[in-house]
Amino acid sequence: MESCNCIEPQWPPDDLLMKYQYISDFFIALAYFSIPLELIYFVKKSAVFPYRWVLVQFGAFIVLCGATHLINLWTFTVHSRTVASVMTTAKVLTAAVSCITALMLVHIIPDLLSVKTRELFLKNKAAELDREMGLIRTQEETGRHVRMLTHEIRSTLDRHTILKTTLVELGRTLALEECALWMPTRTGLELQLSYTLRQQNPVGYTVPIHHPVINQVFSSNRAVKISPNCPVARLRPAGKYMPGEVVAVRVPLLHLSNFHINDWPELSTKRYALMVLMLPSDSARQWHVHELELVEVVADQVAVALSHAAILEESMRARDLLMDQNVALDLARREAETAIRARNDFLAVMNHEMRTPMHAIIALSSLLQETELTPEQRLMVETVLKSSNLLATLINDVLDLSRLEDGSLQLDLGTFNLYAVFREVLNLIKPIASVKKLHVSLNLAPDLPEYAVGDEKRLMQTILNIVGNAVKFSKEGSISITAFVAKLDTLRDSKAPEFLPVLSDNHFYLRVQVKDSGSGINPLDIPKLFTKFAQNQSTGTRNSGGSGLGLAICKRFVNLMEGHIWIESEGLGKGCTAILIVKLGMPERVNESKLPYMPKMPTNHGQTAFPGLKVLVMDENGVSRMVTKGLLLHLGCDVTMVGSSDECLRLVSHEHKVVFMDICVPCIDSYGITIRIHEKFTKRHERPLLVALTGNTDKVTKENCMRAGMDGLILKPVSLDKMRSVLTDLLEHRVFFEAI
Amino acid sequence: MDVVNQLQRQFIDYSASLHREGFLDDQFTQLQKLQDDNSPDFVVEVASLFFEDCEKLINNMARALEQQQGVDFKQVDASVHQLKGSSSSIGAMRVKDVCIAFRSFCEAQNREGCLRCLQQVTHEYSLLKNKLQTLFRLQQQILAAGGSIPVVE
Repeated sequence: MESCNCIEPQWPPDDLLMKYQYISDFFIALAYFSIPLELIYFVKKSAVFPYRWVLVQFGAFIVLCGATHLINLWTFTVHSRTVASVMTTAKVLTAAVSCITALMLVHIIPDLLSVKTRELFLKNKAAELDREMGLIRTQEETGRHVRMLTHEIRSTLDRHTILKTTLVELGRTLALEECALWMPTRTGLELQLSYTLRQQNPVGYTVPIHHPVINQVFSSNRAVKISPNCPVARLRPAGKYMPGEVVAVRVPLLHLSNFHINDWPELSTKRYALMVLMLPSDSARQWHVHELELVEVVADQVAVALSHAAILEESMRARDLLMDQNVALDLARREAETAIRARNDFLAVMNHEMRTPMHAIIALSSLLQETELTPEQRLMVETVLKSSNLLATLINDVLDLSRLEDGSLQLDLGTFNLYAVFREVLNLIKPIASVKKLHVSLNLAPDLPEYAVGDEKRLMQTILNIVGNAVKFSKEGSISITAFVAKLDTLRDSKAPEFLPVLSDNHFYLRVQVKDSGSGINPLDIPKLFTKFAQNQSTGTRNSGGSGLGLAICKRFVNLMEGHIWIESEGLGKGCTAILIVKLGMPERVNESKLPYMPKMPTNHGQTAFPGLKVLVMDENGVSRMVTKGLLLHLGCDVTMVGSSDECLRLVSHEHKVVFMDICVPCIDSYGITIRIHEKFTKRHERPLLVALTGNTDKVTKENCMRAGMDGLILKPVSLDKMRSVLTDLLEHRVFFEAI
Repeated sequence: MDVVNQLQRQFIDYSASLHREGFLDDQFTQLQKLQDDNSPDFVVEVASLFFEDCEKLINNMARALEQQQGVDFKQVDASVHQLKGSSSSIGAMRVKDVCIAFRSFCEAQNREGCLRCLQQVTHEYSLLKNKLQTLFRLQQQILAAGGSIPVVE
């Protein structure tokens, strides 16, 4: 008997249901195993998936589930305990893993969801950036257009080209239907259509300038949208379609050269042109902000370009003007030069031509004076002579003056005796002065140098002129002439600010004052004194003669001598003082020997004859050596003594100016030494002069000396005076051979 | 004062006599001119040098001429030349004249003549030495007495 307390009867294992369960479990297991594989495969492929751990867990879960179902297959039949335990293990594991996985998912799914939101966010951002990119690109386009336009506009300096190019380029860039420029007329009351884009020859269309729309446009520097019905915008024949939007902008017209782009002064007198731009009429296009900006910028650039063009025109005009003026000036200069040359030629010719007859007249008249004449005849001849003298003086003066004015006169500088000049003047003036019973006194300061360097003739002429004037204009009284060296303070108190004396070592300023007690001069007339041909009319001494040139010439001479001359007078009847300051050079002290009044050789005896002259004396004989030395020492020389030729050669140097060699044949080979000294000093100026001292009076010695290259020969015995004169001669001529 | 004048007059007379007798010539006067404040004893110095030179030369000549074997006339001539130069430098006229004669004998290589000339030279030299020493002593006396050496033209 089989008894079991089962509630249900035992199920036969090979029922149909069992079979279906079996199959389902199998497929479930299969699926469970294949899903993780697929996941792994695809995840491996993607390589971005961040939740690998989750995947592993999930995979484990699935695998275990599958395993469970798979093992379940064995439980359909009677199974051993092992299978049951395996099944239990699998189930336990599965339970664990699935719980963990469930917990993980709670954590993970929100993350996954948020990924989605982020994705949405990024998409929005991308869209925004795209929009901005579009904007920037548009702006950049605009900028490029502006640059290109500007470049086109500025590439020319011709006004018409500028404007035409502007319109063309704008039209192209903005795809305009029409673009026009209205310029103010000359009267400034109307705007005239000057340039259009499409129409080739705009008819002289004018619009009054004081239209409200125009005023509106002119008052702002922005591009303004205007109504297409506005008179300035009616550029196209009325079409069938809606006209496109119109924009107008002002273009400042400048004629000034300095303007600042950033601040157009808002002057009501400013002139503007009007630029009108029309969009295509049958498009729905609108004026965009960037297009308006473009238009404004272009308008500015046009203004700049126009003013550049204006400046250029101006400067070209100015340059042309200058060139014309230059040419005219050049011509004038050449004419002036020609005139001067003609005058000089004339003067040169007249000089000679006038003087020759003058001389003839004067000479013959003087000769005539010497002959037997009746008193009447004598008077006549004297008058003739006087007149011709005056005339000669006049001619000379005029010629001198013209030469002075030319600046072609040059001073003849030379050393002269200053005292002699004054004495000469005195001698010349004394006869006339004594006839007029005037007393002339000359006072030369003791510090006045006796000799000076300057133009003696003209200085004398000047002083003579002044003194002569003093005598001429004095009827009675005395004339005093003083001359002294002007010190700086006395130089500066003259009334001439432009006279700037400069003291230097080799110049001095001679000041000569000629005071007379004559008729004096009105202080008001003093400035006129030195002008040409102006004579003092008020003195009433018309018959004093003279051309009035004397003082003018004096002034010019004095100016040439870098000096100053002026006349002071206290008034009519109070006499006047003429003061003259000239710059003269100091004569060099050394050239005193060249002066005509001094003896040929300085007569100072003793030590100072040849101070420090370095001399070498070669003499074998002690006594005569000592005597020569004594001689030379007495004359102040610096003597070196040598007793032999070797010593001589050793000690001789370029400092020695003379070498005295005592020749006594056959003692010393002086000729040999001469040659050796010539060899030693190759430069002539370094070599000392070689002089032979000999008692030998035959010509052969002299010839030998000359041949050997000696510079001199002196016969013994030499006296002091002889040595002195020999040395002087020697140093001057560098050679001295005594006549034998 | 009187002493000075007397001494000066003595000096002048003595100088004149020396010149007259031919002991001294113009050259000596020149030498005297060279004497000044810078070289107050110039003449004396030159004279002393001359005396030394003379003695040396005379001795040389004597020795040369004493040679019995062969007289070196060249050397003698050289010495005489020197002596002539010195004497003409100082203005010793008589000595110089003897030297001139001496030289011709040397050229002729005449020993006798040379010896005679040597003798004459020595004689003249001693005479001159004495005279000059007297002269210099006079000068000293004048200076000591406070006077100045008169210039003899």
